[in-house]
Amino acid sequence: MQIRHSLILTGVAAVSAGAASPALAETLDLTVTIPRMSVAEYHSPYVAIWLEKEGAAPRTLSVWYDIDKPKNGGTKWLRDIRLWWRASGRTLQFPADGISGATRAPGTHKLALPAGKLGNGAYTLVVEAARESGGRETVRLPVTVSGGKGSAKAAGTSELGAVALTVKP
Amino acid sequence: MNKIRTSLLVAAAAATLAIPTLASAARMWMLPSETMFAGNGDEWATVDFAISSDLFYFDHPAQPFEPVLFAPDGTQAEVENKAKGRLRTTFDVHLTQKGTYKVAVLTNAVFGSYVLNGEEKRLPRGVTAETLAQAIPAGATDVKTSEMNGRVETFLTAGVPTDTVFKPTGKGLEMVPITHPNDLVSGEAATFQFLLDGKPVANLPVAVIAGGVRYSGALKEISAKTGADGKVTFTLPDSGMYWLNVTTAPPRPAPAAEGAPKGPPPPRPARIDNYVATLEVLGA
Repeated sequence: MQIRHSLILTGVAAVSAGAASPALAETLDLTVTIPRMSVAEYHSPYVAIWLEKEGAAPRTLSVWYDIDKPKNGGTKWLRDIRLWWRASGRTLQFPADGISGATRAPGTHKLALPAGKLGNGAYTLVVEAARESGGRETVRLPVTVSGGKGSAKAAGTSELGAVALTVKP
Repeated sequence: MNKIRTSLLVAAAAATLAIPTLASAARMWMLPSETMFAGNGDEWATVDFAISSDLFYFDHPAQPFEPVLFAPDGTQAEVENKAKGRLRTTFDVHLTQKGTYKVAVLTNAVFGSYVLNGEEKRLPRGVTAETLAQAIPAGATDVKTSEMNGRVETFLTAGVPTDTVFKPTGKGLEMVPITHPNDLVSGEAATFQFLLDGKPVANLPVAVIAGGVRYSGALKEISAKTGADGKVTFTLPDSGMYWLNVTTAPPRPAPAAEGAPKGPPPPRPARIDNYVATLEVLGA
């Protein structure tokens, strides 16, 4: 189940990346760790990943939620990814092509997110996780992109583990 | 022993004096279950309306207030499942449209007295501006009245916040948000403008109090005043539900020093307008 959705997500990412000219677009290689928890009731967290740049509208890159619920029911709880909901989520239509994906189980997940042409400058990649019957945490990765390259690392303490980003031309 | 008795007596006297103050310090409020919704066209909020000393707890008898619901498209909508319990009035809001809803409870009461056949009589309870004329008998003289207008509001947003419900009516004390009330984040400045009968009103006291007083132990009150343009800006430090109050009532006089002669109570202003909003602030 998990793999199927990961494949779909990767597939969409690949298609989008392929559609743009490689010389004009960057890819964000991202590793996101969802910590394993020993709690009585566990549901995989809703996660939003977005990119901020001062003076520009925040751009949503990926959102993981219950995409299989009937009548798009999983979208009801997207607002619980609160920072993202305010920054970008509430302006989007769901399901969103190339953005919507299924929730993911604890473990380390590798993503290749097409980011379009970024240009040199300071960006912040933000990962926010909100778990049903659990907590919410945001990890921010400030990154300087120069010549289509850059990297950053950070880690959460509760709902997110290590997050690592490499920007590739 | 003597000392203890004296202080008890003083305390008792203070308590007696404090009754009217305490009564007027009871706060009106609405408490929505949450304020931000996905906007899928079929979501519900439930709202409590109550009067209490501490925020937000149910400790006074419920009043039969009528909430008015303003929908994002500018129309009025009906609240559902309205019920009055002993300590609260409750109702549901069905969010079928996208945008910002406003729930308002408007109150009006006239207090006062008149002289009839040489005898001073107080207006009965429950008199409003509408029924005032009938409440004063023919031949009454020395009519003194004081009108109290109250507006209690809260806001709910489905999807992206919108502004249609904030169009002022030009009557009473109203809030025009500069910062949208469903877009408040802890640590960020929020600005609101206050209008009295449609005009910006300066120098009014603004109090903002965080809910949860019972467990936090401290009344984290933010006090400010509206500026010349009727605007006030403050930063709420933490996430949570907040009670905002703006009033045209004059400040209460400082208590007289012990032993000092008590002056007559200050006259009631002819009109007092009171504005209350409950605001939800989310964490960064």
